[in-house]
Amino acid sequence: MPYLFNTPEQQQEMLETIGVSSVESLFATIPSELRLDRKLNIPPALTEMELQSHVSNLAEKNIGPSSRVCMLGGGAYDHFIPAAVDEIARRGEFYTAYTPYQAEASQGSLQTFFEFQSLICRLTGMDVSNASLYEGGTCVSEATFMAMRVTNRHNRIVLLGSMHPEYRQVVESYLNHLNCEVVVVPCVNGCVDPADVDEVMNDQTACLVMQHPNFLGTLEEAEQLTEIAHKYGALSVVSYDPISLGLLKRPGDYGADIAIAEGQSLGTPLQFGGPYLGLFSCSKKFVRRMPGRLIGQTVDRNGKSCFVLNLQAREQHIRRDKATSNICSNQGLIAIRATVYLSLLGKQGIREVANLSCQKAHYAAEQLSQIEGINLLFNNRPFFKEFVISCSEGPDYLLRKARQAGFDLGPELSRFDFQNGSELYQTGVLVAITEQRTRAEIDRLVMALKA
Amino acid sequence: MRNQLATELLFALSQPGRRGALFPDSDVPKKPLNELIPQSALAIQPTDLPEVTEPDVIRHFVNLSTLNMCVDTHFYPLGSCTMKYNPKRHERLAGLPGIVDLHPYQNPSDLQGMLEMLYGMQEMLAEISGLPAVSLQPAAGAQGEFTALLTAKAYFEDRRENRTKVLFPNSAHGTNPASAALAGFDCVQLESSEEGLIDLEDLKTHLDDQTAVFMVTNPNTLGLFEKDIKQIAQMVHDAGGLVYIDGANMNAILGYTRPGDFGGDMMHFNVHKTFTGPHGAGGPGAGPIAVRDFLADYLPGPVIKQTEIDSEENQFVLETPSKSIGRIRTFYGNIGILVRGYCYLRTLGAEGLKAVSENAVLNANYLKIILKDVLPVPNGELCMHEFVASASKMKSENGITAMDIAKRLLDFGFHAPTVYFPLVVPEAIMVEPTETESKETLDAFAETIRQIVKEAPEFLHDAPHSTDISRPDEVIAARNPILQCCET
Repeated sequence: MPYLFNTPEQQQEMLETIGVSSVESLFATIPSELRLDRKLNIPPALTEMELQSHVSNLAEKNIGPSSRVCMLGGGAYDHFIPAAVDEIARRGEFYTAYTPYQAEASQGSLQTFFEFQSLICRLTGMDVSNASLYEGGTCVSEATFMAMRVTNRHNRIVLLGSMHPEYRQVVESYLNHLNCEVVVVPCVNGCVDPADVDEVMNDQTACLVMQHPNFLGTLEEAEQLTEIAHKYGALSVVSYDPISLGLLKRPGDYGADIAIAEGQSLGTPLQFGGPYLGLFSCSKKFVRRMPGRLIGQTVDRNGKSCFVLNLQAREQHIRRDKATSNICSNQGLIAIRATVYLSLLGKQGIREVANLSCQKAHYAAEQLSQIEGINLLFNNRPFFKEFVISCSEGPDYLLRKARQAGFDLGPELSRFDFQNGSELYQTGVLVAITEQRTRAEIDRLVMALKA
Repeated sequence: MRNQLATELLFALSQPGRRGALFPDSDVPKKPLNELIPQSALAIQPTDLPEVTEPDVIRHFVNLSTLNMCVDTHFYPLGSCTMKYNPKRHERLAGLPGIVDLHPYQNPSDLQGMLEMLYGMQEMLAEISGLPAVSLQPAAGAQGEFTALLTAKAYFEDRRENRTKVLFPNSAHGTNPASAALAGFDCVQLESSEEGLIDLEDLKTHLDDQTAVFMVTNPNTLGLFEKDIKQIAQMVHDAGGLVYIDGANMNAILGYTRPGDFGGDMMHFNVHKTFTGPHGAGGPGAGPIAVRDFLADYLPGPVIKQTEIDSEENQFVLETPSKSIGRIRTFYGNIGILVRGYCYLRTLGAEGLKAVSENAVLNANYLKIILKDVLPVPNGELCMHEFVASASKMKSENGITAMDIAKRLLDFGFHAPTVYFPLVVPEAIMVEPTETESKETLDAFAETIRQIVKEAPEFLHDAPHSTDISRPDEVIAARNPILQCCET
């Protein structure tokens, strides 16, 4: 065991100090009939060398990352991660630190989270950000809970059907048992018609939740939808792609009340879906109803500026069953990654990443749609970096052909349950293009699919 | 000597025109933006992020990092939070390209290595808990609690039983009642007995046909094993309810006893506590849950299944249970943390895990004994992996509080223990040394506490004295919250 146990001599000395004869006797309070009378049945211990070889073998069984070009999207994206992000995140002072309850011993984490909050506010145009939540899907649930508290309307929310189907499923799991009606507005042609939203909104609706750009990659009428939400006294909740805000109007610019996002794109590797980063920001007037941790600036006894965990009276460890949420963590290390990433990119970098992704995605869409048998669905809708294609020979054929040529596309829309969705979706395949994709790669894919 | 300039706010370091990352020119024919995206959707002006260079960024965050205590530099005797050493091999292995670069929507046949590892993790967690069905999805312990409560709710609904109450002792973690409330249950708090255990009489008065779940941490937050747990579980089961074990204190019982064997129907693991996923200054954690067979069909999906060994097709597949409560997050879980937990379990094996608990319990009892004259522990002769001392005598005699001791410890290079939790002990000081601390460290820690309690109370009220900042004014912070540096 390489992780420090005391030597047998020291253990003996400690047992004598305690006044017992064996380690076993320290477990005397566990009644003997509750004891496991055998060894746990788990694989035998491995040394570091053996473990490395075992895990490397498993890793090598996974095909894709080094052998294929990633054009997969659907909420997780292959954006470039500068080396400095890993360098900072790998510092033990950050990743082995505890939640910064002891402010005097945690100014490094606290200031970094304060800067994270500040960067997210600038990115979104919102007043306040928390220090992160779990990930994009659970952010939607937390936002709807918060909207219910703020509006005091607990029985009805409206979601756009163009939202990530897994986000919608998370919301349904979180809300279904609470007598809260979850109304899903159908997405018929790549986005939702504001008139359809207007029809289902009423003065009992806590919030309207939209994703913009949406799951299918296209832009919603976010500004108009926000106005509709407000007309009925509901909150406008916008789930955004943080990279898209290098080009698009910010949720705060068009009056969103709560802005949420999956922040994986900001310097966190794909790592099979997690840990990711839930971004959560809102208007200042709702700050005391917000879920999650908040870092505030204050002064110490000598008047020196410093940072603390603030407004903890909302949180579960104080308010227990009256807390704004049960969350007791933030994604600290992932938030640090995002802070370093956004710092490196700065004002110009975020715009360039957004612009490159957008330009290349449009080039890819144009080239792919010229292939016989391949169509760009929703081609009358503007999109950012993701788009849906369909293939006359079916999605499986398209995906298989792309894989054979060394490309991962997808996900195929048929794997999702689009409640109230269009049949059309069943043939579609998402394609996501980030700044990392090159013209040569796109051209090679087009050649392969033509053949 | 600290670099004061580098630790100024990032925004103060910004100079127009500086760059920390450059990107290649577009290699596709460039089109005017407003041909791609309607003008009305485009930003009016560029996002106003700070402009700094890569060396600025590195120097800034490296200097900030030195303002932190962490497990790699200091002893963290933090009760209830299990701050044990985080093995470095995990960081290397979790960063292998075949693990860190996998997209969640890749074809499962290309992911057999990852799915095999996660399946192995499910199997090991089932064995350690004594509960056969596992979901790896929950992102944290609190989400594990919530997920299990939804699972219980679905189970009762399926049985057409309308059970509305969740019970928990007053020593419970705050997440227990918060999760129960979030899942729409009524919360009922039980008093603890004089011994600091669940009061069976009190429990009896609250159990009825409305009881859905009894949530309990065992060993409990006082560091005591609930010795009557089997009887308690029987009482809950007799009333038709389910028993939930909060797995936060698993570090004390690995290989010794299992929640499934002592009556638990559901539990969560804190992979970032028990299985050395680092705390990351607040997260990410991972909170997988394990449940009994009859609850398996309700678990959130997807879970990983093994198919026929001789099948030509994929051996490991993702499947959603038949009566699943649905999804509780996007994708499959905090995989990066689960990989670290997997590496830890494979490094230790059965004997190593048992030794972990033995040494954690040995360290805690040793520290408790050598401190008992200055920090008496009101409950129990023997503790498990942590104990809760009380500074209330000290407070009434010379005014030294738990907080004073905690803050002064920082001056001596020890992280503060957890104080004022659990709520049932006045002036609580909750200490958990873990198995990855040496006798030398424990002796030095105890010696330091002895030294501290001899110091002048006024001096202690002002502690810490040597940290980068002194005690922050939390009242001002809450009255006028400043939550970002660039308010408009």
